[in-house]
Amino acid sequence: MASFVRYTLDGKTCLAEEGTQLVAAARDSGVYIPTLCNHPGIPPKGSCRICTVLVNGIPQTACTTKVVEDMNVTTGTPELEAFRKAVVEILFAEGNHLCPSCERSGNCELQALAYRYRVTVPHFPYLFPKRDVEAWHPKLVKDHNRCIQCKRCIRGIHNAEGKALFAFGKRGDKVVINIDPDTSRDIGDELAQQAMDICPVGAILRKGKGFDVPIGRRRYDREPIGSEVKP
Amino acid sequence: MSSSIAQTVKTVVSRYGGDATRLMDVLIDVQDELGCLSHVTTARIAHTLGVPQVDVEQTVSFYHFFAREPRGKFAVYLNDSVVAEFCGRGEVARAFEEAAGCRFGEVTADGVVGLFHTACIGMSDQEPAALVNGQVFPALTPDKARELVAGMRAGKTVEELKGGRTGDGQNAHPLVRALVHNHIRRRGVMVFDHYQPGEALRKVVAMSSGEVIGVVKAASVRGRGGAGFPTGMKWDFARRAAGDVKYVFCNADEGEPGTFKDRVILTERPQMVIEGMAIAAYAVGAQRGILYVRNEYRYLRSYLEHVLEDMRAQGLLGAAICGQSGFDFDVSLQFGAGAYVCGEESALIESAEGKRGEPRDRPPFPVEKGYLQKPTVVNNVETLCSAVQVMLKGAEWYNRLGTEKSKGTKVLCVSGDCDRPGIYEVEWGFSVNDILQEAGARDVQAVQVGGPSGSCIGPGEFGRVLAYEDLATGGSFIIIGQPRDLLKDVVLNFARFFREESCGSCVPCRALTGMAQVVLERVIAGRGTAEDVERLQSWQKIMRNNRCGLGQTALNPVVSTIRNFRPLYDARLAPGDPRFVPGFDLSAAVKDYEAAVSKG
Repeated sequence: MASFVRYTLDGKTCLAEEGTQLVAAARDSGVYIPTLCNHPGIPPKGSCRICTVLVNGIPQTACTTKVVEDMNVTTGTPELEAFRKAVVEILFAEGNHLCPSCERSGNCELQALAYRYRVTVPHFPYLFPKRDVEAWHPKLVKDHNRCIQCKRCIRGIHNAEGKALFAFGKRGDKVVINIDPDTSRDIGDELAQQAMDICPVGAILRKGKGFDVPIGRRRYDREPIGSEVKP
Repeated sequence: MSSSIAQTVKTVVSRYGGDATRLMDVLIDVQDELGCLSHVTTARIAHTLGVPQVDVEQTVSFYHFFAREPRGKFAVYLNDSVVAEFCGRGEVARAFEEAAGCRFGEVTADGVVGLFHTACIGMSDQEPAALVNGQVFPALTPDKARELVAGMRAGKTVEELKGGRTGDGQNAHPLVRALVHNHIRRRGVMVFDHYQPGEALRKVVAMSSGEVIGVVKAASVRGRGGAGFPTGMKWDFARRAAGDVKYVFCNADEGEPGTFKDRVILTERPQMVIEGMAIAAYAVGAQRGILYVRNEYRYLRSYLEHVLEDMRAQGLLGAAICGQSGFDFDVSLQFGAGAYVCGEESALIESAEGKRGEPRDRPPFPVEKGYLQKPTVVNNVETLCSAVQVMLKGAEWYNRLGTEKSKGTKVLCVSGDCDRPGIYEVEWGFSVNDILQEAGARDVQAVQVGGPSGSCIGPGEFGRVLAYEDLATGGSFIIIGQPRDLLKDVVLNFARFFREESCGSCVPCRALTGMAQVVLERVIAGRGTAEDVERLQSWQKIMRNNRCGLGQTALNPVVSTIRNFRPLYDARLAPGDPRFVPGFDLSAAVKDYEAAVSKG
């Protein structure tokens, strides 16, 4: 039987199954912690840093933290909120994000977080990087302009033999996500759709498919991100 | 595909038992033989190892010294660090370009010479320096550069280019034969004192592992890489960690610009470092050790292999060390391939496993789950030397050295504007002024203590002491003279360095290192505003939430100079009405348009 632990979440005592990921435990207790690189069912990576919270006073990513007995978690200080907004703004300034023409508009987690944090004027210099749109793959398009390098596709998408379809290339601000020509050669529509769905933005698209649901009637058009978590 | 690629890959992969975790070794050896790692080659390596090609590509493309295209018969990697620039690197670079007839980043049409930039190669006391096919050519001048290129064209070998000369000490060892000099200016009692290999180890095997850790703890030995974590505690964690196999790593990946102590220690005291690893192994119950050395020091490879062989022959490594049955421990060499971030211990482990050098999330810590998920101790070169001396001379002796909170000695790497750059082993507690005086530095504008990730201080703070409780340092001590343009010659160079060396995983580090460079360039060009400076400063808060030490400190060069040298920034701000946007550069904005129009 699972053992439960008691921990403090924003001053309230809460219960969680020991070892639960903090993001999930907080959600169950009605506290929304924003995430981008985290995705249920795949190993967490802690790379976007947006889920940073204070664990016993120390900044830690909630996606890579497991709940333990007596842990004291603070999720919503003004500094943390400012940091999260900064991460969203940085991502917009780092890549080339043109929401109105993007297939994922309304389903995009980055866009939804920008609304949530009321991102308006830029506070970071736009880098306008020169990036490619990669369209050689029979089923997938990779628009590097929109990629936020969250690694969700790397961690979450594997072929029938369990081999990864995606991997990082280069480093630093030149980092890029590549599609493996071999492991992705024979993928079916279903896996292609999964690849598109696991991407939080519009960087992975299925070829010949798009705008099934009109803009305006998409997930975050209907309900702001995080609002599914009810206190 | 040419059969030579397939044959080389097959031979090299089988040399490493077809083990994908040995990818770094495979790539280094294949590149040695084929000159570069083309896509055809990496596809072949992936196929032979049975891993996806993108997995091989992601490792290859992470490291600076792995090349996708031929780099010329002679690949010249000229250091572009701050100190190299101080020493006239710009003129040397121009001489190379003119003599070779190609630009940096290119290979000559005849395929003889390739010119490349590279970050600090650990020769700050003898700059400008370059690596030519892995061999070091220090103290270059424009004449020497021209002479080298002429020699290359004349068909000389790298050995012949060295002209039969060698540096001092073990640099002259037949297996080293390097032009490098040690420049040991001050010998302390820890590393550069008299040393007899095996003496400490024989003492250790008469003790229990708990007793060994007790002595290291009593001496309060702390990590010398910069962070200062208590060594005894680290060993104790690893000893208590559950695991059938445990590892001891020595971190000799010193990449912090201005640091070169590990190079000198590995040249003059390699046995001591390896003996320290064996002591750590005894204390934690490890069977295997890996000495991870940065690629820049690969010229020491045969020599270090020889030292390991020699220590095995003396019973200081291998089975039943010092006749103690059950104490089996051996060390192998692992080379990096050019990535500063691999100096971070978990990135170092990732790299040794054949992956990109991306720091891991913690917990778990390496002492619980490190190399191949087994308990692993990672210690700095100098820390291991301290451990040897502590075991020999005792905790009480060690505690008499240094300050209240910083015991023992520190090997400093002094470079920059002074008469006597080199290695100074001093007790903790020396002041910046003491060092400046010993090094013969006059008219000093600033000192960069601890390298770019440390802090830049001005004369008002030269009374401060080097100690964990005041100015902590991993060893780098760069002296910046009065005539230097601090922002342009130093801060901007460091900003570029961090931009290039970020692993790219955490958003703030990946993006803000580049953005800081953009803003800094604007300020230096006289188009910055007070708001820009405030903004740069405010980014430090964001950077603190990066995963690793590199990311958390990557804006230190900017932030510490804004704090300590604010007038230098203010003096460069754009004049005039701040309601306008001086950051906007009209000519840059219409550059493409102008080019298109002028083509007619």
